[in-house]
Amino acid sequence: MKADVVVIGGGVIGLSTAYYLAKSGVEKIIVAEKKYLGSGASGRCAGGIREQFSSKPSIRLAKKSLDMYERLSDELNFNILFRQGGYLFLAFDEESMEELERDVKLQNSLNVDSVLLEPEEVKEIVPELNIDGLLGGSFNMRDGIAFPFPVVWGFARKCRKMGVEIRDFSEVSDILVRDGTVRGVKLGNEIIGADFVVNAAGGWSSQVYHMAGLEPYNKPVKHEILATEPMKPFLEPMVIDLTAGLYFNQSMRGEIIGGIGIPESPSYQMGSSLEFLEAFASRVTKLMPKLKGVKVLRQWAGLYDMTPDSLPILGETEIEGFIQANGFSGHGFMLAPIVGKLIAKLIATGESDPLLEPFKYDRFKEMDVEPEHMVVG
Amino acid sequence: MVKSKKIVCRCEDVTEEDILHAIEEGFSDLESLKRYTGISTGPCQGKSCMLHVIRILSMATRKDVNEIGITTQRPPVNPVPLYILAGEKDES
Repeated sequence: MKADVVVIGGGVIGLSTAYYLAKSGVEKIIVAEKKYLGSGASGRCAGGIREQFSSKPSIRLAKKSLDMYERLSDELNFNILFRQGGYLFLAFDEESMEELERDVKLQNSLNVDSVLLEPEEVKEIVPELNIDGLLGGSFNMRDGIAFPFPVVWGFARKCRKMGVEIRDFSEVSDILVRDGTVRGVKLGNEIIGADFVVNAAGGWSSQVYHMAGLEPYNKPVKHEILATEPMKPFLEPMVIDLTAGLYFNQSMRGEIIGGIGIPESPSYQMGSSLEFLEAFASRVTKLMPKLKGVKVLRQWAGLYDMTPDSLPILGETEIEGFIQANGFSGHGFMLAPIVGKLIAKLIATGESDPLLEPFKYDRFKEMDVEPEHMVVG
Repeated sequence: MVKSKKIVCRCEDVTEEDILHAIEEGFSDLESLKRYTGISTGPCQGKSCMLHVIRILSMATRKDVNEIGITTQRPPVNPVPLYILAGEKDES
């Protein structure tokens, strides 16, 4: 069997790439997913979508992605429960405040309409917040959230309608490379020839690099998250306490979804911890005392696919036809539409969009890279 | 009047018909079915509905229940208020 493109990973990145490939006329596309669609970070994330980043390449990419999210329910003919309530960043220490001041200035220079806020202005946006000790914040009302699974299903449904073959519960075990060129993959017991193989395996992408004989820069790191019982809608924005590394929002179902960063060593371990529950509960109940009596229903974890500079790895490698769309370091869901579109363009036309240039695989060998600081959770 | 509607997941108000419809739509593995219908994501976290859902899925797909498997039970076992996890004595 022979395909034009095999996409490894049935998450939001892989499915978005497959959809835009089909849309640009590529005929034989196979998406291989080892479990169910969205079973990795796509289905485990909080669904946040923002433009407020600290580096130019991230901001440019995120802005385009948000443009696409605004029209994605129509594009896919599937309601992704997208809502733009803004992202509210809070700084309780000098260093975080300086970060926000620097970032807003940079964001504004790239036509992102984020603003710096005094503590009283923060309180006007979310009156339930306890602003004791707050130095200030930043806010971008265009940022928002979507429900991750409908994004996965919406892309998958469109893909199938356009003839993409989606194989769930099917694991790629090897990538065939000859003379520096990708020839195909081993999927289950089957060898599938392919001109292009896309590594969209998220937390497992380093294993896929190894299959092709390339050294990965990616490391999987566990991040925990929880959901509470649903409440009447009261919270518009995603709230991020930059000092504590905590975030929370209210989903369209009314639950509070939130997390807090706990130092973890790289591993594939995704167990839930009481330490996380306690850390989140201690901070969130101080930040928003109204939540004290709200019950936690469940907690789970997912993997951030981390790179040395917390920026994704996108595009070609020294192995011809082996294309990267990974290393999103916690930001894959929010970047999926634009990344899928640009990776599809690269494969279909051979043209690498200038937006992709800063994210090349070989940047870690060649140049000094400016890391992305705005990694939360 | 007694309605013929069979509620399978009481927390999220999901009927047998909803579940069969979701299976027809292609959400025919338990993990996807759970997330598409919302079954087992309410306050009981599947303790009252999950076995019924597995039975319905088994009948609809003619797969053995062992093959269908079960979703991961997420902690906590019962809902816990945030103030207790924060180590506080009383809810203010």
